[in-house]
Amino acid sequence: MKRVYVNEQWCLGCRLCEYYCAFANSNESDIVKALKDKKIHSNIRVETKGNINFAVSCRHCEEPLCVKGCITGALQKKDGLIVVDKDRCIHCYTCIVCCPYGAVSPSADGVIQKCELCAKISGNQPACVKGCINQAIVYEER
Amino acid sequence: MKHVIIGNSAAAIGAVEGIREIEKASEIVLISDEKHFTYSRPLISYYLEGKTDRAHMHYRDYDFYETNKCIPMLGVTATKIDVKKKRVLTVDNSFVAYDKLLVATGSKAFVPRIEGLDSVNEKYTFMNLDDAESLLNALRPTSRVLILGAGLIGMKCAEGLYEHVSSVTIVDLAERILSSILDAESAQIISERITSKLNILLKTSVTRFVGNTAYLTNGASIEFDVLVVAVGVRPNTAIFEDCGGKIAKGIIVNSKQETNIKDIYAAGDVCESYDMTISQNRILALLPNAYMQGHTAGKNMAGCETEMIATLPMNAMGLFGTHIVTAGAYTEQKFIDRKNGYKSLFVDGDKLKGYIIIDGIEKAGIYTALIRESVALSKEDFELIRVSPTLAAFSDAYRKGVLSGSKNK
Repeated sequence: MKRVYVNEQWCLGCRLCEYYCAFANSNESDIVKALKDKKIHSNIRVETKGNINFAVSCRHCEEPLCVKGCITGALQKKDGLIVVDKDRCIHCYTCIVCCPYGAVSPSADGVIQKCELCAKISGNQPACVKGCINQAIVYEER
Repeated sequence: MKHVIIGNSAAAIGAVEGIREIEKASEIVLISDEKHFTYSRPLISYYLEGKTDRAHMHYRDYDFYETNKCIPMLGVTATKIDVKKKRVLTVDNSFVAYDKLLVATGSKAFVPRIEGLDSVNEKYTFMNLDDAESLLNALRPTSRVLILGAGLIGMKCAEGLYEHVSSVTIVDLAERILSSILDAESAQIISERITSKLNILLKTSVTRFVGNTAYLTNGASIEFDVLVVAVGVRPNTAIFEDCGGKIAKGIIVNSKQETNIKDIYAAGDVCESYDMTISQNRILALLPNAYMQGHTAGKNMAGCETEMIATLPMNAMGLFGTHIVTAGAYTEQKFIDRKNGYKSLFVDGDKLKGYIIIDGIEKAGIYTALIRESVALSKEDFELIRVSPTLAAFSDAYRKGVLSGSKNK
């Protein structure tokens, strides 16, 4: 299965991926409307330490601890993709306790949010990959 | 191959999914005394509260049994396991033959003997959907509710009731609320946040009931209309014990979820787990653990040798708007951070053993992974990890492993 990977040596830490992600998931058609003066809740997050920068998003694990731990069944694995049924998430955050990568997080309204590889959004590449100016984030089979 | 599973909750569903990862065509029969389609037990407090409804409580999609080719026998009580003939007897005197059997019978509410308890008309336990429905029917806006037990079940029940009744009083013998998951300081923080909502009486218990009055060991008495008993749970081991199964506090299993009886497995609240943070077997009646044990059992039942992932207690809960996450064991050496709510990291030598976090819960799973994988803290940047859980603090090798995809198997 194709996944999002980050090549740490190319990541500039510019955080454009966070903006593209938040925009893609905003249901808005205008990036300014979607993001201006709003707290960004992206599914991909850049981490920085000294000269090292890298973006982290859901790994879509083969054995996803978040799905196994989800107490309501809201998190599901469908054709390898880990998706959340937002109507069934009860904001307990058991998935946050389970995910070893810190890749699931509460959204503005409390429901859990995570990277779904832009599967519900048109386009053949996730928005973070398309928007990465240095091709540090790639979408490929490994 | 014919698999029979006694149970229909997290462990049972985990087993079905585990079996189906290996075998597509084998027969699977689920026997459950509850008549409901598989639903999420922990949701019953949210159901009480009105934050969810019956239509959203299903633990799996409604086509789960069909998709996974299971035959659900719902509302049917399994009464006996005939080990010699390899079959399960049910309450209507029929039987179901098995090649491999999973006991995933869960736990039941423990109701202590208290003088006069029998004479209390409106008394309930709070374990399953039927309990929640009965309790809901008994509640009136004028109800004064008394809950015995300030543990996870009692507190979540209190939260669920709070908006619908006149008052909620909780009595517990422990020194603090949520004593199984919180230490003194963290419990104090939560108590202070909810004190205006609930009347919490600690270090005391009910000596006797006379009608709708509870008399406490501290001399006080409480008038109530509805009583909820939530002092603890006990594993439903009877059916397994009766057929010669080995029990300690719960069913004894190995890392493949096998019991002492050939071809019988156990998973979930009914059996013990090896808690890696205290190096002891204990009951960890927690949903993620139940699912994972069931999943492990299922794969083994289908002939794929699989060992249970390292197990530790893990809890995540919202309580009156406060988020609490905890994991592992609480050792003496701890690092406390009170800047953003409360965070205590418990360390033993070079290893993280546990944590309690209130409010700042994001990425807590990175801490869980440090515990589960027994990561040597001296090899990572623990100073940085202590401040906030971040993959940036890990060594190049660990981090690149995670991000390159070699670790997400």
